[in-house]
Amino acid sequence: MLNKTLNIAASPHITRGISIVDIMRNVVWALLPVTAFAVYAFGLGALMLLITTTFSAVLTEHVLCRINRKESTVSDWSAVITGLLLGLTLPPGLPLWMAFVGGVISIALGKFAFGGLGYNAFNPALVGRAVLQAAFPAAMTTWHPAFLSDRFSAFPAATFTLPFMEPATDGLTGATPLTVLSLATDGFTGATPLAAFKFERITTETADLALGLISGSTGETCAILIILGGIYLIARNMMNWRIPVSILSTVFVLSGIFYLTDNPIYPSPFFMLFSGGLMLGALFMATDTVGSPITPAGAWLYGVIIGLLVVVIRLWGGLPEGVMYAILLGNALSPHIDNLIRPRVYGTTTRENSHASKAFIRTIRQQPENAPGDGQHRVDLRPDHRTDLSGHTVTDSPAQGRSAGESDFQGHSGNDHKKDISD
Amino acid sequence: MEFFGIHSLRKTLAHWIPPGFRKISPVFDPSLAGRSGLVSESIHRSLKQGIHLPEHKDETCGLPIRQFPFTPLIILPMVQHAGVPSQIVVREGQEVERGQLLATAGGYLSVPQHAPVSGIVQKIGHVPTISGKMVQGIYLKTFPFSSQEVVEGKPIDAETATRAEILQSIQNAGIVGLGGAAFPTHAKLKIPAGKHCDVVILNGIECEPYLTTDHRVMLEQADDIMRGIRYLLKATDARQVIIAIGGNKPDAASHLATKIPNGEPVSIRMIPVKYPQGAEKMLVTALLGYEVPSGKLPIEVGAVVINVATAAEIGRLLPHGRGIQERVITITGPGVKKKGNYLMPIGTPLRFVLEQVGVEDNSSLVCMGGPMMGVAVSNLDISITKGTSGILVFTGNADNPADKIYPCIHCGACVAACPMSLDPAKLGILAKFAAYDDMAEKYNLMDCFECGACAYVCPSHIPLVHYFKLSKNRVKKRSMAKTMHDSSG
Repeated sequence: MLNKTLNIAASPHITRGISIVDIMRNVVWALLPVTAFAVYAFGLGALMLLITTTFSAVLTEHVLCRINRKESTVSDWSAVITGLLLGLTLPPGLPLWMAFVGGVISIALGKFAFGGLGYNAFNPALVGRAVLQAAFPAAMTTWHPAFLSDRFSAFPAATFTLPFMEPATDGLTGATPLTVLSLATDGFTGATPLAAFKFERITTETADLALGLISGSTGETCAILIILGGIYLIARNMMNWRIPVSILSTVFVLSGIFYLTDNPIYPSPFFMLFSGGLMLGALFMATDTVGSPITPAGAWLYGVIIGLLVVVIRLWGGLPEGVMYAILLGNALSPHIDNLIRPRVYGTTTRENSHASKAFIRTIRQQPENAPGDGQHRVDLRPDHRTDLSGHTVTDSPAQGRSAGESDFQGHSGNDHKKDISD
Repeated sequence: MEFFGIHSLRKTLAHWIPPGFRKISPVFDPSLAGRSGLVSESIHRSLKQGIHLPEHKDETCGLPIRQFPFTPLIILPMVQHAGVPSQIVVREGQEVERGQLLATAGGYLSVPQHAPVSGIVQKIGHVPTISGKMVQGIYLKTFPFSSQEVVEGKPIDAETATRAEILQSIQNAGIVGLGGAAFPTHAKLKIPAGKHCDVVILNGIECEPYLTTDHRVMLEQADDIMRGIRYLLKATDARQVIIAIGGNKPDAASHLATKIPNGEPVSIRMIPVKYPQGAEKMLVTALLGYEVPSGKLPIEVGAVVINVATAAEIGRLLPHGRGIQERVITITGPGVKKKGNYLMPIGTPLRFVLEQVGVEDNSSLVCMGGPMMGVAVSNLDISITKGTSGILVFTGNADNPADKIYPCIHCGACVAACPMSLDPAKLGILAKFAAYDDMAEKYNLMDCFECGACAYVCPSHIPLVHYFKLSKNRVKKRSMAKTMHDSSG
């Protein structure tokens, strides 16, 4: 061994052994029970929808990586999560071509336009859903009833609508009898409990909500399985538990206060918790690490803001559901929360800079930017010249006399960092 | 496992667990009751952030310190300590006895060096060091059949010597911090004018995984430590000494407690295991409750922190007036065949060490120091220095950071881990854009002490510490260039 080449790495020489790929993969596993229930409740339509969104998200990621001449990042599982989450938030009877467009938009606009994984300001799946909601408001609010008897033998009528055609809404387009019945009789037959409450003041049993015996988006109906998936991730230290806890408790407390006023327009706090996309959003969407604050205190504040927005939109907004917009707004606020809430650095009294840094700033400030006689007094910022063991002169970096603004970190892993910067 | 702050949830829960069932239970030996050195667990504020590491200490913590064979050739760099290089006072071809002075201190922030073996000065020239730099040094050929007896010097008595004499003799003995930083100990013990040292803290935390040198020193050299404490009390004029011991070393704590002489102002504190609890500032905060102001030393809050092995060395060398010739080193890691704690002459070449202990064929990385802050070795012809606390050999890629670096996903694991409450994620992004001024001014880069907790937890495998080391270097160079510019213009 003593004659062979040794590795040289920067310290630390041990790692926790968990990579973001492990985290992403575990998120997918945590979503699997919900996905399975969605397929069970909504049948083939939901299955095709989920496959379509996942496939289109992964495909878009792959193609965009190739167009940018980068190594494909499909293997990090983040595109799978985006596609799966998007599918779980869409109505189960949505035309597949719309779902496909949603997957493309999620990745292209929600993720790659910002610079790829780690740079997306907003949750990509929600960006895709928001665009779909704006583009196809009718299709996105056409709800398909759960537990139809023929759900494993027939597709919803709208599923195979051709692009840019009106989705099937009546018997003339050859829909199955049951879909005709459900869609023709009443727009709200398959309506979500939230819409039913919002427009007709019909409340749903909390037990039905928790167990998912209701209509709604593909994956938002069974609150219990969503919670189980969340508990799995929290137990494995792969999810910031503060975010769902603060969102859900804010919603519960606020809506509880209004419920106590005994006004019939305010639903019970349990109804608020278990209906709509709140559970899925609080546990799997708001916790997207990229769009949420980095400090524990920031995470609490972020959760409270989202919870507040959910209650405001649901109770007083024009829409029955507000989780998507609440989370997107929370995502937008999160960098500002990070700037606002910074932990006090050890050994400093306030958030202001440390003594050493102040001294450093003083040195900088005393130095005028362009000193007179600049040419003669230019400071040489080149790295020290050192000799290696064979006596050759080596420097810290291959390029000498570079401008001071250039990055110094090309030595560690080839060109990777440089690429990252240009992203 | 420290991620998303789940630990704080566990910590909250831990308050409801009966003390006997907690992971760290206070060590209490009934036979010690009423004695001065009672082991206690009372701490002010142990590390809030930080991480829990797999310790890997079981393999070597039970192995007694053994004398390592003398190498045929000692390589002695003149820069083994932080500060000015030592000045060589021998010539080529000169025969030296073990313990004889080879080089004098090059200045105040410097220490002399002594011959680790009896032998002949073969060559004075450039020797390789771990940083990659070649520095002035001595090649010393060992006499093969020498008895290797150590020459005696002028003994210093703790009771009669003055403070200045003790400090001078600590410098003369060539003692530096044996924990790893190798800062000259006499400079650390010299209390600046206007400051007062209240308490001397002996650091026996040893929070780096794998290393067990301090543990063995506390078990086997307790008398030396107690003798060293007397010198330390005299040198600093402190009122008391606290020996801080990691919660994973209860045997060392109870053993030291039995060795404390009656009437000595020495107490022992157990501190829960967490990394980097052994860092100077973290330790001061845990024991005294004060934070050391940014950019300052612990003396600012009336404390001096000394490694236990350094204290033991003071207690062993000063009564004989000798210089430091050897130190205890843990040699361990998956790639080492004969793991153990060895008493090794300083200057022993790394290649000789590895040949003696035997390494596995698939060894891939040799590291000097602990796995978190140690330096990967690029050349096996460097030698053991005073600051080397361990040699680790890793095999394959099992314990190496993954090669692939993913983008930061803003998960906050580093923020939860950073003991200084910095924002490593933000600093890492700024480092990529070479925004060194922003890093130093707005994000307190200079407070980072490179413990490696952030890079350890990072799921994207971003080499944050590497970035910060380079950035700090660059900031220092810039400010130095500025001051030079100012003085010249």
